[in-house]
Amino acid sequence: MTVSGLTVVKGKKTLAQRILGFFGKGVVNVVLIVVALFWLIPSVGLFLSSLRSVGDNASSGWWTIFLEPAQLTIENYANLLQNDAITGSFFNTIMIAVPTTVAVVLFGSLAGFAFAWIQFPGRDWLLIVVIILLAVPLQVAFIPLAQMFGSIGLFGSVLGVVLFHVAFGLPFAIFLMRNFFMQVPGELLEAARLDGASEWRIFFLVVLPLGTPAIASLAIFQFLWTWNDMLVSLIFTNSQSQPLTVAIQSQLRQFGSNIDVLSAGAFLSMIVPLIVFFAFQRFFVQALLAGSNR
Amino acid sequence: MTEAAVAPAVTPSPKSGSRRPSGTGSRRRMFLIALGFLAPALVLLGALVVYPIVYTVIRSMFSADGSAFVGFENYATMFTNDSTFTAIRNNIIWVIVAPAACTILGLVFAVLLDKIKWATAFKLIIFMPMAISMLAAGVIFRTIFQESPNLGVVNAAIVATQEAFGGPTAAYPGAEPREDTGIIAEQGSVGSESAVTAGGQQDFALVGVRASELPENAAQAEVAEAPSSDQITGTVFLDVVRGGGGTNGEVEDGKTGLPGVTVDAVTADGSIAASGTTDDSGRYVIEGLGSGDYTVALPASNFQEGAGGVSWLSSAFITGVVILSYIWIWAGFAMVMIASGLSAMDRSLQEAARVDGASEFQVFRRITAPLLAPVITVVFVTLIINVLKIFDLVYVIPPGASKPAANVIAVEMWTVSFGGGNNQGLGSALALLLLLLVLPSMIINVRRFRKERER
Repeated sequence: MTVSGLTVVKGKKTLAQRILGFFGKGVVNVVLIVVALFWLIPSVGLFLSSLRSVGDNASSGWWTIFLEPAQLTIENYANLLQNDAITGSFFNTIMIAVPTTVAVVLFGSLAGFAFAWIQFPGRDWLLIVVIILLAVPLQVAFIPLAQMFGSIGLFGSVLGVVLFHVAFGLPFAIFLMRNFFMQVPGELLEAARLDGASEWRIFFLVVLPLGTPAIASLAIFQFLWTWNDMLVSLIFTNSQSQPLTVAIQSQLRQFGSNIDVLSAGAFLSMIVPLIVFFAFQRFFVQALLAGSNR
Repeated sequence: MTEAAVAPAVTPSPKSGSRRPSGTGSRRRMFLIALGFLAPALVLLGALVVYPIVYTVIRSMFSADGSAFVGFENYATMFTNDSTFTAIRNNIIWVIVAPAACTILGLVFAVLLDKIKWATAFKLIIFMPMAISMLAAGVIFRTIFQESPNLGVVNAAIVATQEAFGGPTAAYPGAEPREDTGIIAEQGSVGSESAVTAGGQQDFALVGVRASELPENAAQAEVAEAPSSDQITGTVFLDVVRGGGGTNGEVEDGKTGLPGVTVDAVTADGSIAASGTTDDSGRYVIEGLGSGDYTVALPASNFQEGAGGVSWLSSAFITGVVILSYIWIWAGFAMVMIASGLSAMDRSLQEAARVDGASEFQVFRRITAPLLAPVITVVFVTLIINVLKIFDLVYVIPPGASKPAANVIAVEMWTVSFGGGNNQGLGSALALLLLLLVLPSMIINVRRFRKERER
């Protein structure tokens, strides 16, 4: 799959097509502008809410900011950064997302290479097991792992959450990396083997460098997934190890009076994913396409 | 997002034996090498995914605290317990509505993209919600669907539109009952003091409406016609004679009828049996009433200042709102997948059809859509798997009062096993129900893999 997800290939059009298209185009443009506005308003609204004081948010909507720009304040963010629970959870989010991503990429690539290029008995059966595990809902592991982690002292720790995410991230990672490694030309590996290189050397020096685009896709996908997770952390962390998502959701009970923490906090939690997304969206799209398009 | 964000398609394995010469010693050596590569993944998958599945199967047949074997009792509970049953019903609604809506929107966007110059910008805007957490999306949607039109942008837009088109805004803000005329004000509404029997009459003498605020069509108040046995009739009028005079509570010359007022006949248990609306002279007729006593009331909507907002986050609408937030996130996924399918497509067929005089719609139906079918299927299946496991949005958006109405299986599973229910037997059964529901997609994945391997 070489097509970037976010470019459009234009076909050539006949003259009649163009004349007809000219009138159609105006309508399409207007419709899509309206759609785009509908899609933007929610996020813009949250952002503007986060730049208004609690009092303003309780008495009027964010759109009044266009009439009274004086409402603008960074007070909410200033408060947020002085809130130890929030800054601590931001740090926890990093401590969960980064190691998870590294482990998933490393273990997934290793296994993916074995499935792609090493002949061993039962390989296809094992791969079928991995494919089955792709769709297993997280829920089936909650109760057993809560007990297991409880008995070995991992419950409530960052490490426990990381292990959970790594395990459930692996099937997709193995799959993605295997499919990518299959496309590496076999002659390259044969040549290296004839030169007497071990499989480990081949993996680290030949295959892994070639796999950079796939690794980037996988890493970004896994990072965003882990960064944005709330469910797993809701169960497996405590107030010391909770990530940003869990810290923010605990404010939901008093939605109206906590709108300052909620809006600014939610936006804070979005900043890193948005930067990653806009910087690397090509790889993210490719991770999504990886399985499907051929 | 789910882990298995995309239903996989498989690159076939190389035909066995083509790689290297294999003696028994070499086979064994290769096995050990492979084990070295696979070990970390296999240990983690075995201990943290496969073992838990087995454990959950067994645990689902034990009681809440795990002390007693109960067989399939937890599964029976699942379908008889009210909140669990609501969860299953809601999941069905989700599966029917959300994947189809996302796929159709994605398809429409992807096709229309071709026709605009700012396609890349449009794609980024629609796709962006995929990058943020469902928690953030939940906070966003909870904010925009707030009930007060002063705070929630959706209701603000609705109220503004209604006002712009002179829609059903309150007609008589500030109106009050005339004292000692048999009617009383109660929580914003005005009702008859004593019960009215079907076949009876009830007039409403109101004050507190300025003459300048009266609608243009308001005319001289008239005495209502005598009711038949299944009717209640009466007149709603402004109990003021211009220039003074008259008797309080009587329909007389110089008093104006109040048109457009809703009048409800309310039964003893508080439900509305039937309603009527006043005409230009203020007369109303409520028809089709069974014999019995009713309180006749003018509901508060007649008197409130400005129009109120719709309670989007109430039990009635909550699932719709949450599904809407899901569509906001996932339509972009469908669009990007389908658009990439479109751009990978050889357009010569479409061009040929157009040259032959096929209409744009025919080209789409006969050529583009069939060619896109595989991609659309993948998107659809992926979304179904994803929707079955939906948790965050349903956990975040509904306020406490409408949480029960919005319930889905994944949230119920969390609630009964961790969120206070502490029934890990039922929780395990629910987790297995989820596993069971995604089983068909697992089978599809495996079959696709085997088929492609045979090629």
